[in-house]
Amino acid sequence: MKPLLNTLYVQAQGSYLRLDHETLKLEVERKLVGQVPLQHIGGMVVFGNVMVSPFLMHRFGDDGRSLVWMSQAGRFKCRLSGPVTGNVLLRKAQYTAQSEPTAAFHIARNIVAGKVKNSRTVVQRAAREAEDAADRVALEEASTFLAASLRAAGRARSLDEVRGVEGRAGRVYFEVFGRMVRMNRDAFVFNGRNRRPPRDRVNALLSFVYALVRGDCVAACEGVGLDPQFGYLHALRSGRPSLALDLMEELRPVIADRLVLSLINRQQLSGRDFEPRPGGSVNLTEPGRKTVLAAYQSRKQKETTHPVIGQSVPLGLVPHLQARLLARHLRGDSAAYLPFTPK
Amino acid sequence: MPGGWAEEELVMISALEHYSYCPRQCALIHVEHVYDENLYTLRGTRAHTRAHDENESGSEEGVRIERGMPLFSERLGLIGKSDIVEFGPDETPFPIEYKVGPRKENHHDDLQLCAQALCLEEMFGGGVPAGAVFHHSSRRRREVVFTEGLRRETEEAVGRVREMILASEVPPPVADARCPKCSLFDACMPFTLAQMDVKAGLARLFDPER
Ligand code: SF4
Repeated sequence: MKPLLNTLYVQAQGSYLRLDHETLKLEVERKLVGQVPLQHIGGMVVFGNVMVSPFLMHRFGDDGRSLVWMSQAGRFKCRLSGPVTGNVLLRKAQYTAQSEPTAAFHIARNIVAGKVKNSRTVVQRAAREAEDAADRVALEEASTFLAASLRAAGRARSLDEVRGVEGRAGRVYFEVFGRMVRMNRDAFVFNGRNRRPPRDRVNALLSFVYALVRGDCVAACEGVGLDPQFGYLHALRSGRPSLALDLMEELRPVIADRLVLSLINRQQLSGRDFEPRPGGSVNLTEPGRKTVLAAYQSRKQKETTHPVIGQSVPLGLVPHLQARLLARHLRGDSAAYLPFTPK
Repeated sequence: MPGGWAEEELVMISALEHYSYCPRQCALIHVEHVYDENLYTLRGTRAHTRAHDENESGSEEGVRIERGMPLFSERLGLIGKSDIVEFGPDETPFPIEYKVGPRKENHHDDLQLCAQALCLEEMFGGGVPAGAVFHHSSRRRREVVFTEGLRRETEEAVGRVREMILASEVPPPVADARCPKCSLFDACMPFTLAQMDVKAGLARLFDPER
């Protein structure tokens, strides 16, 4: 149990969380192993077999704190939802933007540009650090391609065009992703992105970290009163948090991909932190997940300069800030949505 | 609910204080229903819950005390709740507003208190010449006299708040010294919005070299 930027992650299997006055208590086998004042907690994510007392759930619901259940392996399962509140005018603006072709298109375009720009930063950095000449050349080529994608996003005139730019940029990015792995290359072979289920260690790691970022983006949307299901870049589909996924795009390279690469390249994870499952899929082991969670939490505390705000903020707050910026744009306070593109 | 007004036309007394502090703050709360709980507002709510507790109403030294009395004015389309109203031996109501936390500009309190007085005059059919603001931290009472000027100003403010809410208008941030003390600072982003150069931001976004 570790509080971070007021999100609490609990993954001690068989543990029990309860509310004692204004304090949240964690028990394992009826023994108190941790406690945090409720006041310090904005939300909670629990993994696998973690029990939560009804009164604690009621309190979270009343206060609008988020409570998310993940499988032990980190797959999103469900979320507590309190009474529907929030800003009905903001939601209306959010829905209306969909039917105003230029509004939705501009938001989607800027998000894609943010993603491409941030992906390129990751690739450029890896190119500088590459030891192998062939890797460097491939990474530099990818960087050139991504620069062209960025300009293409700026010239795009329709949502379809924007999605096309994103698709091509994503393909090129993941084609060179394996070249950014510098250590332990035998264990961390990467031949393109696969999910559902992930079939190699890098994909297992990416999926796990993306699930964490996605949870934070859903919470960020809800925190500012946006409907996480109603997005612009991602097509609407029942049960899919399209807006949270939109918000996540620009953050993937900065928050998730860099974390995945540094976990491998700093050898914080080894092949033994993963286990093969029957039928060819791969999972993180429990110690492996612990390592990732700790690294994710400390990455979220890292301060970074936000180019739009011109101010230093912890990375973990960025999804919330971006959700706010989007909300303010939808309500007409600013002329465009500007994604988070750190230098 | 007072007759003659549609539900959405009614103005809450508390909105006047918000409006006089910052029109955008008023709009964020009463138009957008944004309400960020921070420590300051949480503490405020608790103290208010006590002040509003109707069970604690009673008599002290010939002065009858009513807590949490619903207030309304048909004429102004105004609704709210009092913290405390004292009724002296001659039954003249004397509204008292509880304040917790750092002292703000007095004038915002005066406006809110005056609105309570206008309601009380209509409800009890007599004059309400004065009231007081009670500061929880210093335990001091500051008396407020409801002058003609203050009354006029209060009535005008009610009209302006109503217009703003009906038009679902959210004015731009004031982005000044009020903001750092404002409980809606995070939701409002006053300085970010004021300083944000969207054109430059977009130019940078699509430029791979910047
Ligand atoms: S932060 Fe400033 S502009 Fe925004 S509501 Fe508060 S006082 Fe008004």
